[in-house]
Amino acid sequence: MNTRRTLATARRVLAQLRHDPRTLAMLLVVPCVLLTLLRYMYDGQPDTFDRIGPALLGIFPLLVMFLVTSVAMLRERTTGTLERLLTMPLGKLDLLLGYALAFGLVALVQAALASALTIGLLGLDVAGPTWLLFAVAVGDGLLGMALGLLVSAFAATEFQAVQFLPAVLLPQFLLCGLFVPREQMADVLRWASDVMPLSYAVDAMGRLTVHSGVGSEVVTDLAVIAGCALLALGLGAATLRRRTP
Amino acid sequence: MMNSKAGPGPAIRTTGLTVVRGGRPVLHGLDLEIPRGSVTGLLGPSGCGKTTLLRSVVGVQRTAGGAVEVLGRPAGDAALRHRVGYVTQAPSVYADLTVTENLDYFAAVLGAPKGDPERVIRQVGLTGHENDPAGRLSGGQRARVSLAAALLGAPELLVLDEPTVGLDPVLRQDLWQLFRGLAEDGATLLVSSHVMDEATRCDRLLLMRDGRLLAHDTPAALLAATGAADIDSAFLRLVEDTPRTADTVETGR
Repeated sequence: MNTRRTLATARRVLAQLRHDPRTLAMLLVVPCVLLTLLRYMYDGQPDTFDRIGPALLGIFPLLVMFLVTSVAMLRERTTGTLERLLTMPLGKLDLLLGYALAFGLVALVQAALASALTIGLLGLDVAGPTWLLFAVAVGDGLLGMALGLLVSAFAATEFQAVQFLPAVLLPQFLLCGLFVPREQMADVLRWASDVMPLSYAVDAMGRLTVHSGVGSEVVTDLAVIAGCALLALGLGAATLRRRTP
Repeated sequence: MMNSKAGPGPAIRTTGLTVVRGGRPVLHGLDLEIPRGSVTGLLGPSGCGKTTLLRSVVGVQRTAGGAVEVLGRPAGDAALRHRVGYVTQAPSVYADLTVTENLDYFAAVLGAPKGDPERVIRQVGLTGHENDPAGRLSGGQRARVSLAAALLGAPELLVLDEPTVGLDPVLRQDLWQLFRGLAEDGATLLVSSHVMDEATRCDRLLLMRDGRLLAHDTPAALLAATGAADIDSAFLRLVEDTPRTADTVETGR
């Protein structure tokens, strides 16, 4: 690993985003708009918003980073820039960490905007510390990034890459406890939800809003999210081959 | 910097290089040597295995047999990543970044000296386009951004896959002059083309067909040996003299 190459990669990824202001705006604005919509959908049931709002604060960064990374990495593969980079003295880790830094920063800004909006204007009550909320949101964003990176290896076209969103994330979305509390689900479904990382992202956000201070359960959730992100990143790194058939 | 490591031995040596792609043999045990400080043209029809050979030299092609040695090391060796520049057929640059942003990034990855991006932009004649997004340039201009990226850090070996496709005659002439200048400074160039009239600009020629080498010689020697007036006819004579083999029709790129 090499700091100069990692930072250069992060700068390059951010420069690409800067040249695409529409994507950047949608990354930051769409979650805020959806959260506002949700708040007024449940205008008569503030309790429901208090339950769903935080869950979505955890889901948005994951969803968005998954999509952006899978398409960005697929583009690197199909345009030949990845092959060029791998003929250069760039470590696979330099590339992956460069992406992680750049998209982690975007996830942080997105989380800051979305939580400022939900806590400030939309009146969501969060008992836990704000920094921990940010930490979970960034962790979710990085997990989404790592998963997106991994699936990009299995997509040959951008159409396929986009289809991985419903294939990989929708089952997690359905089983994460947003619709039916996880403990009320049939055993098989609950076991499935136990091994899905999004469940921990939603759990962490839920606990954060209810309990003040830094609970050990939130820390465990965060550790599971980080572990899954690292695992996906490691598997993704294995798909970056310098020699191809 | 280029001629500082002119070292002994050929720039490229392959022995029995065999590549199989999708179950089909694409290269059939190639043996060749390319001396340092020369411009070698790799000529042959589309689909004859030129790109596969170039990829094997750069070390990104999975091979099925034989050996490829580049600048005294096995192809693809980590120590070669500073010393070999590779330009793929399709320009591999970031379309959403400007010319300068592209080159600054690749220069940072290579650890190229400061000012190198400006130097290579001049070399490929893209002065005035520094701040244009690569995606908005013409095809030929984008190909030159890709070439410029390979020139960063002054590599000892340049492997160029059809770098002059789609360029007007003046630009092609300029680029061949650039290649000649780089070779005079000690660099080795391996340039593929399917345009036979570029052959006369090379020191040596590799004529390829169906994954086999038809000839490997200087342009003058090739013409003398075949008694042909130009490389196109020399190629045809060589093809007529080579018996077709069973697998000739089913090779890949």
